[in-house]
Amino acid sequence: MNNFTYQKVSNPNDALNKISKNNAANFIAGGTNLIDLWKYNLAHPKTLVDINGLNDYKIIKEDEHGGLFLGALATNSDTAYHKLVEERYPLLSKAILAGASAQIRNSASNGGNLLQRTRCYYFYDASSPCNKRNPGSGCPAKNGLNRIHAILGTSEDCIAVFPSDMCIALAALEAVVHVKSPDGEREIEFSNFHRLPGDTPELDNNLKVNELITGISLPSEGFAENYSYLKLRDRNSYAFALVSVATGMVLENNKITKIRIALGGIAHKPWRVVAAEEFLVDKSPTEENFASAANMILKGAKGFGKNDFKIELSKRAIVRNCIMALHPESQRPGAQPSL
Amino acid sequence: MQDKNSSNTTNFSSNSNATKVQLHINKTTLHLHVMPWVSLLDAIRDHGKLTGTKKGCDHGQCGACTVICDGKRILSCLTLAVMKDCSEITTIEGIANGEVLHPLQTAFIEHDAFQCGYCTPGQICSAIAMLEEGKADTRDEVKEQMSGNLCRCGANTNIIDAIMEFKDKRNE
Ligand SMILES: Cc1cc2nc3c(=O)[nH]c(=O)nc-3n(C[C@H](O)[C@H](O)[C@H](O)COP(=O)(O)OP(=O)(O)OC[C@H]3O[C@@H](n4cnc5c(N)ncnc54)[C@H](O)[C@@H]3O)c2cc1C
Ligand code: FES
Ligand code: FES
Repeated sequence: MNNFTYQKVSNPNDALNKISKNNAANFIAGGTNLIDLWKYNLAHPKTLVDINGLNDYKIIKEDEHGGLFLGALATNSDTAYHKLVEERYPLLSKAILAGASAQIRNSASNGGNLLQRTRCYYFYDASSPCNKRNPGSGCPAKNGLNRIHAILGTSEDCIAVFPSDMCIALAALEAVVHVKSPDGEREIEFSNFHRLPGDTPELDNNLKVNELITGISLPSEGFAENYSYLKLRDRNSYAFALVSVATGMVLENNKITKIRIALGGIAHKPWRVVAAEEFLVDKSPTEENFASAANMILKGAKGFGKNDFKIELSKRAIVRNCIMALHPESQRPGAQPSL
Repeated sequence: MQDKNSSNTTNFSSNSNATKVQLHINKTTLHLHVMPWVSLLDAIRDHGKLTGTKKGCDHGQCGACTVICDGKRILSCLTLAVMKDCSEITTIEGIANGEVLHPLQTAFIEHDAFQCGYCTPGQICSAIAMLEEGKADTRDEVKEQMSGNLCRCGANTNIIDAIMEFKDKRNE
């Protein structure tokens, strides 16, 4: 653990200035990931810039396109329990509440959730090689303990998983991430926010250094009638997903007119296969159709020994969750299986 | 325990990087000089001399360090004291009314809701804040909402019993 200095900021330009002048400076929001990484000697900030004073980014409000803007510094709890989120985007609410614990969600920010790092055991062990932490040092997970690791989108260099629950719902909702830098502002589609490891696994996402996340916007379609989040894990609560699925669908006369399916716990980013979603359009919401879509989503999946079970588990989880989405009232606390 | 209304200043470091922090803990104001990397947990225990709040894992995985900060239950091990300057904090020492136990503390005794007691301060702070949040009604919901507090002694069933009894009595 290294020592660091600490500064609070109350306006975004000040925050950006402090970061761009000092390349060992980090923003700190809830601190629930960064402080943990620092304690494990995995993050070495020289300066922490506390952005909790950026009150404009704490708000949650309807935007001019009929969607909802979630400030980057609103907490995960305040977001999950916000009236408009519960009413219009219950899928997001359920996914957030399936993550971490009540205490952590009370501190964790929306921006920080997007940037949380993998829970790969080797990444977390400073004494072990890890291409994500120390590029070029190797990936012991491929032939090691890889029960929690990826089955899709892996590379020679990295099989780590992005562990967020909230982001799986955001992927299904096709959210947009708003960022600000000294050069201006830009928007990043959710599917382009996180990335696959390739030969640069040290990069989890496409956010640039010097960029501040200001918020996340949700499009008007929230799938409030038919949605479900399913999280499968080694214990029923307060554990990361082995496999999770977010489904949002729109039905008309018992035919699917729109569906989004995103998977968590199985790749370096939230996993969606647009072709499978298109396949389901105009079809009936049956187990057979969902099973066909599940096969399309898992196409090319590859296990590494201890995580082989995830391939079949993911397929079943997709089918189960799409059926659960037909009866959202059956959802159980902690996104456990129902029906 | 601390004398209420007393004001207490500690100066743990002569280093110029030390920051002045005010914590209003259990209605007493503590004036601390802490280094920026001191967790809220260490500030409460080492600087504030309130050792009721426990350090289990120091990594957010057990809930033993749960305190109520500005009305919300949080993990004091994953936040820095400097980030909580001027906050209102309640620790287990602030739960009873003088010598009179809080009814949830009584319920814990009646239901044998602990063995070693190490997780208990966190369990009680967490449960009190949970009931204030008002998001848990059924036993299943209470279990889910309390999952951030582990009990190595396995007293969980009795802990949930104690919370449910207190919750039901409170609603009567
Ligand atoms: C024991 C434990 C269990 C957990 N279980 C789960 C789980 O089951 N599911 C799940 O989804 N999550 C889980 N989490 C992770 C938790 O959700 C994240 O730690 C949290 O969301 C991070 O948010 P934060 O505000 O605390 O981030 P911080 O720790 O403050 O920051 C994380 C990173 O983001 C950067 N950052 C923060 N805000 C911004 C911004 N606005 N712009 C640019 N950069 C920024 C920081 O510089 C830092 O690098 C768990 C965490 C713990 C400790
Ligand atoms: S000591 Fe804070 S969660 Fe374990
Ligand atoms: S009583 Fe011993 S850990 Fe809970």
